[in-house]
Amino acid sequence: MSYYFAIVGTQDNPLFEHEFGTSKQGGDGQSRFNEQVRHLNQFILHSSLDVVEEVQWAQGQMYLKVVDRFFNNYVSCFVTAGNVKFLLLHQPALPPGPPTSRSSTAIGANPTSPATEEAIKNFFAEVYENWIKAIMNPFYKVNMEVTSPVFRQRVAAAGRKYL
Amino acid sequence: MSNLSSSKGPGQEQSGLRLPSSGKTIYHRPLNRTRTAELSQASFAYLFGEMVSYAQRRVKGVNELEQRLNAQGHPLGLKLLDLLLFREPPRSQLRPLTIIALLHFIKQMLWTHLFGRQADRLEKSANPETPDEYMIVDNEPLVNQYISVPREMSQLNCAAFVAGIVEGACDGAGFPARVSAHTIRSPTNEEADLWPGRTVFLVKFRPEVLEREKYVKQ
Repeated sequence: MSYYFAIVGTQDNPLFEHEFGTSKQGGDGQSRFNEQVRHLNQFILHSSLDVVEEVQWAQGQMYLKVVDRFFNNYVSCFVTAGNVKFLLLHQPALPPGPPTSRSSTAIGANPTSPATEEAIKNFFAEVYENWIKAIMNPFYKVNMEVTSPVFRQRVAAAGRKYL
Repeated sequence: MSNLSSSKGPGQEQSGLRLPSSGKTIYHRPLNRTRTAELSQASFAYLFGEMVSYAQRRVKGVNELEQRLNAQGHPLGLKLLDLLLFREPPRSQLRPLTIIALLHFIKQMLWTHLFGRQADRLEKSANPETPDEYMIVDNEPLVNQYISVPREMSQLNCAAFVAGIVEGACDGAGFPARVSAHTIRSPTNEEADLWPGRTVFLVKFRPEVLEREKYVKQ
């Protein structure tokens, strides 16, 4: 399972990005994107913004679950009160053989299962808390990139904890 | 996007960032605070007086001064929107989707957080030609309590700062608006004597907000 996480500002401008892999089921936390199509991750995330803008006005929840999918890439979204979008692209590792019943219990093996949704929700909730702390900085203006290494550590820790 | 991408690895942690000696950054501090954590009004009044005189430097008129006060408040509104919704219990952590929901949030949550009480009234413009205008009424704005406006600047209302906060909250929630503060006497005589500083915050939403409102309501 590989993840690509990005925070997109109100003008659809990228503010933060982080790539990681699963730490559950003995994962090493490294992403396993195919090198040849890895650069497409950014396109896939940004192309899902149109869908997000439709869904975000249909319900007031911040966590919008999986909003878009592109082949084996699933995009989950979280919209903050300030209209900043957290987008998480998750790509389940394709099983080498025919799928067995054991592999389907892993978080993320089935991207739309309730367990995965819950894990991603917890991840977003923790990132949101840190995001608010970042923007409460009096020197932070809307749509500025977040470059704090502490913030990056916190996001990485949330990824290790839940995904 | 790639140029802000991370150079991953442990080397990045040794950047030029300097931590306080305690090792605690803003990320270590909790976002929730106790209900009783109030600030001294005297120190606020002093600070606000300084903010007004700072904004007053090199301005040409009352309009420009109010604009500057508005700009000072704007980022506060943007940040409070996220902070106050985060402090809500998870079930009611809902983004405001309609104008009414947003204005209720401002009247109740935002006002209570800033001034310890709700705003006094919420009104929709009765004029059919301006359906995009809403009014938040505060009988006695806290920021104006120790402000005396000189006679030659009688148009000035320093609650333009609060208007900026409201405008920031509206903009952040995706309801772009212009908000201005006006001193308007109450229509009834008794109340007019009771609340001489009655201030009306005029919220004028952009046309696209009203257009979307029609679709969202369905």
